[in-house]
Amino acid sequence: MFKNIYAWLDERLGFDDLYKGLLDRPEPHGNWWNTLGSASLFLFVMQGVTGIFLTVYYTPSPDHAYDSIQYIMNGVAFGWLIRGIHHWGASLMVLVVFIHMLRTFFSASYKYPRELTWIVGSLLFLLTLGMGFTGYLLPFNQRAYWATVVATNIGGVVPGAGPFILRALRGGTDVSALTLSRFFSAHIWMLPAALAALIGVHLYLIMRHGESAYPDADD
Amino acid sequence: MASSHRISRRDFAKFVTAALSTIMGAAMGIPVIAYLIDPALKVQSSEAWIPLGPLDGFPEGTPKSFSFTRSNINGWEKTVNSYGGFIVKKSDSDILALSNRCTHLSCSVNWSEEDNAYTCPCHEAYFDMDGGVLDGPPPHALDHFETKVEEGDLYILFPAVPSHGG
Ligand code: HEM
Ligand code: FES
Repeated sequence: MFKNIYAWLDERLGFDDLYKGLLDRPEPHGNWWNTLGSASLFLFVMQGVTGIFLTVYYTPSPDHAYDSIQYIMNGVAFGWLIRGIHHWGASLMVLVVFIHMLRTFFSASYKYPRELTWIVGSLLFLLTLGMGFTGYLLPFNQRAYWATVVATNIGGVVPGAGPFILRALRGGTDVSALTLSRFFSAHIWMLPAALAALIGVHLYLIMRHGESAYPDADD
Repeated sequence: MASSHRISRRDFAKFVTAALSTIMGAAMGIPVIAYLIDPALKVQSSEAWIPLGPLDGFPEGTPKSFSFTRSNINGWEKTVNSYGGFIVKKSDSDILALSNRCTHLSCSVNWSEEDNAYTCPCHEAYFDMDGGVLDGPPPHALDHFETKVEEGDLYILFPAVPSHGG
């Protein structure tokens, strides 16, 4: 019966063709390093899911941010688990994405015809760092506050445009409620949307070109 | 014989996959559901005896107002609500504690000596000294608190309960 249902659906949706065209392709003899892109994707999804759950209690205002996180950690059932996964997953994602980048660098996978995969990948790496940068402020404790004061000051020393960049990042001259809410907005809407779109492009390119093969003795 | 006691490699793999998926699904699903519904599971019991001081301090025959505050913790926030009412003492054994919350839309009523009634400023309602509705839109009498006297001190039981009759 399931076969019939599947056949009915497939006739209309064309899953089999999609599957054959996109995923059922020959893989080169790779190794564990070739799994890091998928690991990055998994971490992105995991951060997305745990992040959505965190917003159920987290409150992005200077008056409430710190207390709302204390509440998640101590007051809500399994809050420590959800936040713990998001917290450690953030560092892990930066690490995994970076090692994935190193592997594609050392296997020279960025060469023709995969230059765009590499360029889009570089943007993905920067966006991942951006997620870490904006997420770090959200607990609004002393460490988060001063880290953001210092990191935004770094933007401020750019010759010429520095003072403007500083004000644009902070939403004014000081790290304030405006900084917290714009970092929050970037962290949960803008950067993830950009990441999701670029991951789509990245994956399209990988399906289009297939994975690069490692040279063997004859090469 | 082989067919009745042995399970095929394929069935075994299917079974293990299903069992592991169930365990992993529960391991992820239960914490998430508990996390989401957690505040709904915390019931705050708010009943309490509120001390109002010596019974001697309340005059006989005329309502005297009192007020107190109660705090609730919602999440990480403490919400403080104020409450008030009137003690109507007819004798040391006949004490009525009325809530000052209008039964129409919850404005605070005041005792008016002139009208010999509690008046609600919002929609011109009047209640008699015992809380019964005299005039205006309120659907029923003012709520009251249960009272007790211990060692000369008057206590009321929070929260107020509806009074019967109009
Ligand atoms: C959110 C971050 C990222 C995700 C989700 C992601 C995902 C993936 C996936 C699933 C693959 C398939 C092959 C594999 O897993 O090795 C891949 C390949 C690739 N990625 Fe990424 N990636 C990310 C970041 C990056 C970065 C930072 C770079 C480099 C700047 C990069 C460059 C590449 C290249 C050149 C390939 C092709 C490898 C080949 O054909 O052998 N990616 N990516
Ligand atoms: S609230 Fe008192 S009369 Fe409407």
